[in-house]
Amino acid sequence: MTTLSDKDKSTVKALWGKISKSADAIGADALGRMLAVYPQTKTYFSHWPDMSPGSGPVKAHGKKVMGGVALAVSKIDDLTTGLGDLSELHAFKMRVDPSNFKILSHCILVVVAKMFPKEFTPDAHVSLDKFLASVALALAERYR
Amino acid sequence: MVEWTQQERSIIAGIFANLNYEDIGPKALARCLIVYPWTQRYFGAYGDLSTPDAIKGNAKIAAHGVKVLHGLDRAVKNMDNINEAYSELSVLHSDKLHVDPDNFRILGDCLTVVIAANLGDAFTVETQCAFQKFLAVVVFALGRKYH
Repeated sequence: MTTLSDKDKSTVKALWGKISKSADAIGADALGRMLAVYPQTKTYFSHWPDMSPGSGPVKAHGKKVMGGVALAVSKIDDLTTGLGDLSELHAFKMRVDPSNFKILSHCILVVVAKMFPKEFTPDAHVSLDKFLASVALALAERYR
Repeated sequence: MVEWTQQERSIIAGIFANLNYEDIGPKALARCLIVYPWTQRYFGAYGDLSTPDAIKGNAKIAAHGVKVLHGLDRAVKNMDNINEAYSELSVLHSDKLHVDPDNFRILGDCLTVVIAANLGDAFTVETQCAFQKFLAVVVFALGRKYH
């Protein structure tokens, strides 16, 4: 769907440089919001003792998810290859419906806007949105 | 019919009571046109939309952003009958403006982002839940009379 331009890539890298030290907090907040605002996403985490925002499992998993985003930033020139293992994981082990990637992406954007209102300009927004859509596409690569 | 808790009602009322329409409306619409450029198809008569800066500086777009944001007042005032409240506007968007209803959802997402940026930590999880539920109901109502 989306091809990242050189401008998109440099914008994402620059933005990531500014927000990455808060990656754990962003992940925890975004995941917590996703589970609350889109309750259907909770179906993937029924094995957790606590799915509420700020809980242990949510924080730990948010950190993990942002680790994946960090990896994606480092592999921005070839996401399909770079995220191959993660795609296999999501396709065969976790079997997450790909529509949920869009939902989590939206929550990440909301949290970045909330925490970094000055840095999250419309230009940064479009590049990050395109990047997250490209990550989602790479993650869905091995599905079928 | 949609059921609202007392907390949801007061969250929604609070957001709109403290909203700077002249600031948030233009920002939300501009962001929509920049982040999802295909939405520009509805704004052919609005002048220069060639760059993000042109869009941000476009007075017609800014005015329209204010208008659209005030369009949500109708829902705030009629929380218990949003479908009926948007009946005519739904027909208008379908038959006269020919707007793809998916754009309502897109604009709603942009508005959520702008309000999150505006409120910061005050945009709590509960606030986002109530606000997105509210927007989803309005989006549904606006798409309801399409045929």
